Amino acid sequence: MTHSTLWTLAVAGLVSATACSGSDTRSASDSAGTPGPATSSSAVDLTGAGATFPQPIYSKWFSDYAAKTGVRINYQSIGSGGGIQQLSVGTVDFGASDAPMTDAEMSKAKGGPILHFPTVLGAVVITYNVPDLTRPLNLSGDVIADIFLGKITKWNDSRIASLNAGAKLPARDILVVHRSDGSGTTYIFSDYLAAVSPAWASGPGKGKELKWPVGLGGKGNEGVAGQVKQTPYTLGYVELAYANQNKLPAAKVKNAAGQFVAPAIPSITAAAAGAIEKLPPTTDYRVSIVNAPGAAAYPISSFTWLLVYQRQPDATKGKKLVDFMRWAFTEGEASAAVLDYAPLPAAVGTQLIERLATIQVGTAS
Amino acid sequence: MSEAARPLVTARQDDSGIAAAIEGSAIGDSVYRWLTMAFALCIPVLLLIIAIEVGVAAWPALKTFGFGFLFSSDWDPPHNVFGAAPAIYGTIISSIIALVIATPLALGVAIFLSEFAPSWLRQPVAFFVDLLAAIPSVVYGLWGIFVLQPILREHVMPFLSGLPVIGQSGLFEGPAYGPSMLGAGLILAIMVLPFISAVSREVLMAVPRSQREAALALGATKWEMIADAVVPYARSGIIGGVILGLGRALGETMAVTMLIGNVHKISASLFAPGYTMASLIANEFAEATGDLHISALMAVGAVLFLVTLVVNALARWLVWRVSREARS
Repeated sequence: MTHSTLWTLAVAGLVSATACSGSDTRSASDSAGTPGPATSSSAVDLTGAGATFPQPIYSKWFSDYAAKTGVRINYQSIGSGGGIQQLSVGTVDFGASDAPMTDAEMSKAKGGPILHFPTVLGAVVITYNVPDLTRPLNLSGDVIADIFLGKITKWNDSRIASLNAGAKLPARDILVVHRSDGSGTTYIFSDYLAAVSPAWASGPGKGKELKWPVGLGGKGNEGVAGQVKQTPYTLGYVELAYANQNKLPAAKVKNAAGQFVAPAIPSITAAAAGAIEKLPPTTDYRVSIVNAPGAAAYPISSFTWLLVYQRQPDATKGKKLVDFMRWAFTEGEASAAVLDYAPLPAAVGTQLIERLATIQVGTAS
Repeated sequence: MSEAARPLVTARQDDSGIAAAIEGSAIGDSVYRWLTMAFALCIPVLLLIIAIEVGVAAWPALKTFGFGFLFSSDWDPPHNVFGAAPAIYGTIISSIIALVIATPLALGVAIFLSEFAPSWLRQPVAFFVDLLAAIPSVVYGLWGIFVLQPILREHVMPFLSGLPVIGQSGLFEGPAYGPSMLGAGLILAIMVLPFISAVSREVLMAVPRSQREAALALGATKWEMIADAVVPYARSGIIGGVILGLGRALGETMAVTMLIGNVHKISASLFAPGYTMASLIANEFAEATGDLHISALMAVGAVLFLVTLVVNALARWLVWRVSREARS
């Protein structure tokens, strides 16, 4: 009996251990079994780490690029913070982040100046669960901020009603759901609220984790969406790709031009185009594009960035990295929309390809 | 006689072989002793290194906030203000809920299996209960979100708050959204149940037959035999099982994070959302960038380490006291 019990518990331990660490097995079986694409060695050429938000599109890019050129890129989606940290100490060849690095973070990087290259755009969607509501909810920035500040507590508040003439709004409490885990989604959302609401800017502020005045915290997009789907009269925010793939209701948000715009790929690309027009040509692209100008722009949009050292320490790797980025800004962008990421405006892509020349690769030894 | 046994027999018959074997075993013994000692020492040394590492990393936050870190409910990363009181409170309360629910259940399972169950039923039921321990905690979390929470929200919570006296006690007040201390405690109860029941079953089955027969011979009913002779005999072992479960409950991360609501607030009501130390670390560590933020999360880790240590020491003492009482 004792043996059988210990045995079961040991098996239990093993099962949970393998469940946690199952993700790395593919690369091992790849190099052992199936022959790789046309390449002399099956070793990884470049490694990167960072944001989880663009991980699906980056994976697609890296696998498409490996199939085409044989250059293998290994990307670990450990979070923006981890990506910045690993790039700063030089354990990866490039980083990726949903929030631009601060000057303080940039000054700590061991390898010198870091360049920010936007790759694709993401957006944050306000999702809700109001039974009997037949058409998309209209919201404005100040109303969203006051709901999340706890100043607007009822669905039939006059400020919500005035944005939704004719809609049947219930006299129920709004249950706010936010992310509990640190995330780029929260950063973009709070960046927007801080831009449109002085009370939010001086209160909770912006960041990947916040001190939320009201609401419940759900872990991940699925945690927030699960809560909103199940509970009537809830309101929360999730990233666009997740909302689209799970067919969640999405509020139209009033933009800087006064239009109510639904979150969609063209309206997000339009936000980038509107914001970029106002930037000087020497921009370092560490810019926020929330509440962007333009009648078609969806206001809660943001870049996600690749982070690379201006002075590449290894000439061979540096050249591979630049070649990959050139490919990403041309062919890569074309496949973004398939995975619910908004591609960069064409003009921005051209600017970024020119900017690749500022990366110092040096001479191969 | 099998082929494999033959060389052994010839070696025993050979005198010089015996001498060599003794000599060899003396060296073997000491090698074996040192080797196992090294293994045994590995664990405390590792623990010490972890404690030092965590302590050093936590020091900036502890220095900045002092004891306020333990008693403040402010957790505000953008403004670099950190206080872990709700997480400490939530860790302890959710674990207590888990034990209050799981201990009687697990003990019931263990008593049934060791005393009442026919032998054809014993193995399969024991296997299924033990199998609960094999389910990954993220699966518990998902099950909690999609099955347990709706049941809680629509049936259990309205029932509890409608009860006379208990419903008015303040424990079951406020809106029933689902994510709550109660939900987290319940999922923890299910998760720790196999640990407590497996250990309890083993110690109950290890109670000597003579102990039972003596009780029956004195005219005890079956129930009296179990309550007065078997369970007290196994008491220290059962407490050990409960402690094992408590350790699991204190450290459980993923399932709790998915069900507790993750709000930095201390509420008397079990319907209200809360936070635990493990889920706080899991939620924020990956994206924490500020030095003080990382240090504050490390400090939460250090506090969790300390709480676990104190709880375990307390449990050891309890087991020791109980077994001393039993002997005297």
